[in-house]
Amino acid sequence: MNFSEVFKLSSLLCKFSPDGKYLASCVQYRLVIRDVNTLQILQLYTCLDQIQHIEWSADSLFILCAMYKRGLVQVWSLEQPEWHCRIDEGSAGLVASCWSPDGRHILNTTEFHLRITVWSLCTKSVSYIKYPKACQQGIAFTRDGRYMALAERRDCKDHVSVFVCSDWQLLRHFDTETQDLAGIEWAPNGCVLAVWDTCLEYKVLLYSLDGRLLSAYCAYEWSLGVKSVAWSPSSQFLAVGSYDGKVRILNHVTWKMITEFGHPATVNNPKTVVYKEAEKNPQLALGRLAFPAPRAAASPASTPESKYEIASAPVSLQTLKPIADRANPKIGVGALAFSPDNYFLATRSDSVPNAVWIWDIQKLRLFVVLEQLSPVRSFQWDPQQPRLAICTGGSKVYLWSPAGCLSVQVPGEGDFQVLSLCWHFSGDSLALLSKDHFCLCFLETEERVGTAFGRPGDHT
Amino acid sequence: MGEWMTVTDPDLSSESKNICQYTSETKMSPSSLYSQQVLCSSIPLSKNVHSFFSAFCTEENIEQSISYLDQELTTFGFPSLYEESKGKDTKRELNIVAVLNCMNELLVLQRKNLLAQENVETQNLKLGSDMDHLQNCYAKLKEQLETSRREMIGLQERDRQLQCKNRNLHQLLKNEKDEVQKLQNIIASRATQYNHDMKRKEREYNKLKERLHQLVMNKKDKKIAMEVLNYVGRADGKRGSWRTGKTEARNEDEMYKILLNDYEYRQKQILMENAELKKVLQQMKKEMISLLSPQKQKPRERADDSTGTVLSDAEEDAGELSRESLWDLSCETVREQLTNSIRKQWRILKSHVEKLDNQVSKVHLEGFNDEDVISRQDHEQETEKLELEIQQCKEMIKTQQQLLQQQLATACDDDTTSLLRDCYLLEEKERLKEEWSLFKEQKKNFEKERRSFTDAAIRLGLERKAFEEERASWLKQQFLNMTTFDHQNSENMKLFSAFSGSSDRDSLTVHSRPRQKKPHGVSNGSPVCTSKLTKSLPASPSTSDFCQTRSCASEHSSINVLNITPEETKPNPVGREGTNQKWSMASRPGSQEGCYSGCSSTYRNSHVEKDDLP
Repeated sequence: MNFSEVFKLSSLLCKFSPDGKYLASCVQYRLVIRDVNTLQILQLYTCLDQIQHIEWSADSLFILCAMYKRGLVQVWSLEQPEWHCRIDEGSAGLVASCWSPDGRHILNTTEFHLRITVWSLCTKSVSYIKYPKACQQGIAFTRDGRYMALAERRDCKDHVSVFVCSDWQLLRHFDTETQDLAGIEWAPNGCVLAVWDTCLEYKVLLYSLDGRLLSAYCAYEWSLGVKSVAWSPSSQFLAVGSYDGKVRILNHVTWKMITEFGHPATVNNPKTVVYKEAEKNPQLALGRLAFPAPRAAASPASTPESKYEIASAPVSLQTLKPIADRANPKIGVGALAFSPDNYFLATRSDSVPNAVWIWDIQKLRLFVVLEQLSPVRSFQWDPQQPRLAICTGGSKVYLWSPAGCLSVQVPGEGDFQVLSLCWHFSGDSLALLSKDHFCLCFLETEERVGTAFGRPGDHT
Repeated sequence: MGEWMTVTDPDLSSESKNICQYTSETKMSPSSLYSQQVLCSSIPLSKNVHSFFSAFCTEENIEQSISYLDQELTTFGFPSLYEESKGKDTKRELNIVAVLNCMNELLVLQRKNLLAQENVETQNLKLGSDMDHLQNCYAKLKEQLETSRREMIGLQERDRQLQCKNRNLHQLLKNEKDEVQKLQNIIASRATQYNHDMKRKEREYNKLKERLHQLVMNKKDKKIAMEVLNYVGRADGKRGSWRTGKTEARNEDEMYKILLNDYEYRQKQILMENAELKKVLQQMKKEMISLLSPQKQKPRERADDSTGTVLSDAEEDAGELSRESLWDLSCETVREQLTNSIRKQWRILKSHVEKLDNQVSKVHLEGFNDEDVISRQDHEQETEKLELEIQQCKEMIKTQQQLLQQQLATACDDDTTSLLRDCYLLEEKERLKEEWSLFKEQKKNFEKERRSFTDAAIRLGLERKAFEEERASWLKQQFLNMTTFDHQNSENMKLFSAFSGSSDRDSLTVHSRPRQKKPHGVSNGSPVCTSKLTKSLPASPSTSDFCQTRSCASEHSSINVLNITPEETKPNPVGREGTNQKWSMASRPGSQEGCYSGCSSTYRNSHVEKDDLP
């Protein structure tokens, strides 16, 4: 494992291009494009204001920078640095901006969700979509980029419109049986749309591409409902995390639940491996610290090194007592992610903030629990293999694979607090983002084993 | 008696006193009652009584006392003491016989009464102790009763309390339920109100939005615009097309195509899965049929009425379904047939297995003495034997492989050939020739030695006879002496006898085996070699015996060896043998080396003995 030098960054805006060649990062109102391999700056674009959102087009040719405060979107071309495009939403304001899958249209959502403006880069045409619903996840594109589903609200009823992305023609329009739709998500095969209701009610609806209701699922009533939803990459399973601290897995044949995964605070099954992060005794580390560079040695002074220990069978995890009288209580399954090979599901229960549960989908049982020393900020699967990267807002990055777990200290002056991370699509490198810096972490160990050897943070 | 006396004669205080004394005496020592009684009744009592009666009866009043006694006795039903008077006037005479009879009777009576009294007293004692016991019991039970009563009261109290609590809880529950109901109602009403409000708000919001929309959008906002340097081409390189009905239809078509593809894909997958499962079922069925067919006859015969039809059905089905063409059919009839037949087969199998289980349990109950159960010892012996055989076969295979490899190596040399190898061969040939001549010389020497050996052997044969005799006597002695190691001894004897009896066979086997075994035995006559030999020759009992006997009774070895090897022992120089392996293998079919390896250690012994023989 090896780390790049640390670069500046603002508002956690750092993204790999979809083709994996470039890395875009923002520093205030500047957009910096680097080569992923050399990390040399290829382009430097200056926007009109502080950038709040960036997004690569699907073909990696363009990148849009949104400045919501100004209601502005600026688009830059990688091939033609002199080419520029500026979209001004004027007094309507701007709250969200995204690419259409073809990379030639930009969808801007105006303030108060008055409408969505579809700007084309190919023609002068501008289309408007009225009545978009203001919700958590209102726009969803199919993986092949053919269709877009949009949640709408008309006459106090939820609707879903399916558009053909190639010419923005409305294909289907149907109302959903939801009280207050909260999100929509296409299955990876693009044939089924999952729709879930607001947290006040547990309701998951499944619609076919042609608008037929395939199934409705409700696990319980009179309690807070769905908190997170994730499709398995094979479209076979739909994992629904809810406020009762359980994940329910629905199958794609009958759309019934096949199993539910609870997240109890104690892990009793001896077959489940529980990795506990433990602070390493600094005296033990001294011998190793003497050898590497003093720069690296400086950082662990503030944050002690850590390692994973395997805890034996009945393990009780740290739980958080939720504050009942506040909105958005810290309970329920807040994050879900399937591994790219469908074999594993990683979840985080918000009432046990330090733990990541990894479930074996083949055997439908709990496989591994990782308990960190601090609350898990985010986790993401390697796009190529079952390998999970986790960050907790500390100066370490954690990696799990079926072979074991790893806690790696990010070297650097001062404290590099990893708030977010994103994988390169090849799975070779990982961008670690802190509040105002970012660095790359290279994982192809074969070639770099010589340089990586002896790093202070590198231990299992 | 005393009482009886007192009743009868209350004024005779002295007598009663005496009797009281007497009774107290008896009470004092109840165990010696009888003897005392006897004593009392026989001598002292008579004296006492005499003395007493002397007081009662004096010289003067004999007549009165006699008459009194007579009266008394007659009133008690005794015969009169007087003789029957013949005449009225004649004075009645005392009948001594009657007196004596009376006395005897009285004595008997007294004895009886004493016995009865004794019984009564013991009974009384018994009853007294019983009484005590019962009283104790009674007290205890009373106590128990008291405690249980107390307990009961406590429990009742608790029950009452609990009931009270329960009632309270019920009340509370009711209240809670009411509360819940109320709250639910409130929630429901709030929800409706909330929904209503929401709707109202949303409508307002929508209105406002509409208004805003109008305000923001309708006014020609110059700001809403896109500045582009130049328009870029579409990603697919095509030009944008107008929206028409045609495109709409095309889009629909495409959508359905996608959906159809998805369904087809899924159907294919399901079909595949089905086919796989069907295959598994089919296979399972086949296996079941094959498994059940041997004992199928039995159940059918036994229960032809009940399962016969089922079985035949199943068989028919099997016949039908095994046709490959039907495999792919997924129509319901076929499926049903398959599942039904499987189910039937499964039932049969299950019953069969259950039957077997029962049998097994029965066998367990009956124990291992059943005739058809092979005894464990036999089994173990058999397995041992088989293992030995396997070992032997393995060794055989190994040696054969080695031989083959050697042969192949030599053969391939010619085939694949290369000059280099030829050179090597030539060199080797020359060397071998040298060695050959050397060997010949040695052979001659050995021949000489052998002759001397045979002589020695004859002599030794004689000696052996003598020894055999000696040994027989020794063995006998041993046999008689040692009873604890009987088994071992007998085994040894057996081995010896086997060995001495079949020395020819032994020598043959020793001969042939090591030859296959090839060189390592040759190295020298070390124990390693012999151990290897024993390993390699475990199957032939005589040879293994040979080794065992040799190890356990080394003093006999010299005789044995000499007995075996009069003509084969041509000891090659040990060091030489290693280098000459190949050559000797090829050239000498008789292969003394093997024999040598087999007997080398023993040969040493013989060698030692040989020195003083000639």
